[in-house]
Amino acid sequence: MLPEVLGENPTALAVNERVPDGIIGATIAVDGPVLFIAPERIVSVCRVLKDEAGFECFSAITGVDWWPQEPRFEIVYFLRSLRHNTRLRLSVKLAEGEPLDSVTEVWRGANWYEREVFDLFGVPFRNHPNLERIMMPADWEGHPLRKDYPVHGHRYSYQDE
Amino acid sequence: MIEGKAHVESLDAEHELAVGDVSGIDVPEEQKVSPARRMTLNMGPQHPSTHGVLRVVLELDGETILKARPEIGYLHTGIEKEAETKKYQQVVPLTDRVDYLSNLINNLCYALAVERLLSLEIPPFAQWMRVILCELQRIESHLVWLGTHALDIGAMSVYFYCFREREEILKIKEMFSGQRMMTSYIRPGGLALEPPRGWHKMISKFMERIPNAVDEFENLLAANPIWVNRTKGVGRVPLEVMLDLGVTGPLLRAAGLKIDVRKDTPYSSYEQFDFEVPTRTANDVYARFEVRMEEMRQSIRIINQALAGMPSGPWKANAPHIVLPDRENMKTHMESLIYHFKIVTEGFRVPAGSVYQVVESPRGELGYYVVSDSTASPHRVFMRTPSFGNLQSLGPMVENGLIADSIAAMGSIDFVLGDVDR
Repeated sequence: MLPEVLGENPTALAVNERVPDGIIGATIAVDGPVLFIAPERIVSVCRVLKDEAGFECFSAITGVDWWPQEPRFEIVYFLRSLRHNTRLRLSVKLAEGEPLDSVTEVWRGANWYEREVFDLFGVPFRNHPNLERIMMPADWEGHPLRKDYPVHGHRYSYQDE
Repeated sequence: MIEGKAHVESLDAEHELAVGDVSGIDVPEEQKVSPARRMTLNMGPQHPSTHGVLRVVLELDGETILKARPEIGYLHTGIEKEAETKKYQQVVPLTDRVDYLSNLINNLCYALAVERLLSLEIPPFAQWMRVILCELQRIESHLVWLGTHALDIGAMSVYFYCFREREEILKIKEMFSGQRMMTSYIRPGGLALEPPRGWHKMISKFMERIPNAVDEFENLLAANPIWVNRTKGVGRVPLEVMLDLGVTGPLLRAAGLKIDVRKDTPYSSYEQFDFEVPTRTANDVYARFEVRMEEMRQSIRIINQALAGMPSGPWKANAPHIVLPDRENMKTHMESLIYHFKIVTEGFRVPAGSVYQVVESPRGELGYYVVSDSTASPHRVFMRTPSFGNLQSLGPMVENGLIADSIAAMGSIDFVLGDVDR
């Protein structure tokens, strides 16, 4: 069942028809609706949005850490439809250590964005072409954008430290 | 790629390099390389033509690039992490330094995002002032791009001409804010300081000299057969591939797609201005050069319209809890002093929520995703920077081409490493 706050939103209706248990919640933010998607359904929802609802390209993928609230991580997808000139936000809530399917098969450019989320938050993505650190050095320990990681870091990144 | 062969004057005169098409046609048999001939070369973080600290690991056969893998993170300074520890108004100087060649536009994006969360109305004078400053910033960024791009390809004098014009814009920015680059002039609530006396005359004087300069620079290069040869047909990536990779901005416009955030979802009173979105269809380095030159002309047009029809009024919003009071009021009125003290020491609270605000940066779609948890510090500031998305197209753009063409292609992407790495 679609949350009432979405009303008759055509995109949400299309998604709900194809992937019945995809949308598990919604809210209306200042810049439009935000759909909460079940983690297992993210790839099928994205595929429906790209192929049928006209969201040919995506803007970004990022994460938010809500520690100490549970579930801790919120992965946010910013989608953009050029032909309808609209944007949409998807949000997936994950617990720590819970893996998420990669959407690189839907949009190739998600590659680097998911690497960044993995690097800075520690969210593992399944089926990702090359899931390795992108911003931090390859041998870094820890995930800097987590709320329990100090701003100044645990150690310097110099080789001889 | 230019169909045919690029004849290389070498010691054995019959040695000709076959130039392959970058759009994905199968590499012909004589070009398939045995592992013994492959060489892995590091176009390392320190390099004059990588526009910052970008590392590209190249697999080469002679001068032909077989595979290119960019590696980033050398300029990562944790701006997003740091923004979470600062108050909302203290994040503004951080945004200056994200894309250090288009500071005011980053300021504007963050300010608009915070203002949307606060539901703050900005007076028309401040909005038009922001438009003028952002278009000046766009011209400045494109001048730097033109100078460095031409320098990479070998046309060194263009660099000096462009930076001479850029100097005028830096003087304007210094007149407004005291700072040449990291101005932090556009803040949530309006502008940082009142526009100085004589600002209109200074910008008008610059507007008199810049159109001739833009024409001169374009003519310097477009009439030059070496420039045309080095840039036409180079660096093609099919439009669908670029859209799939998350590329935005002049690269898409040079491939025929007419998108511009200022037209599609106007912000800060851009809908009141009359300008065009230039497009080309050739989708090569030369087309991107033409698109950016045209964008400079359209920016000039916008600034002239703004100077002619500037509204009058306050330069910041009427929100004493959020916007600092005038210095004179602060020194004479008790309430202003208390507001000033509270804002500086405690900051202002922003209602809980999140917003994704998009603006058109000279590099593409710039977006700030600000998440608020109703305290005086943002919970998360994510910067969707255009260079991060555009850089993913580097691999497809330079593969199966020559190293020299890759330099031209990299310049045409116009990425800034501060944007990429934050």
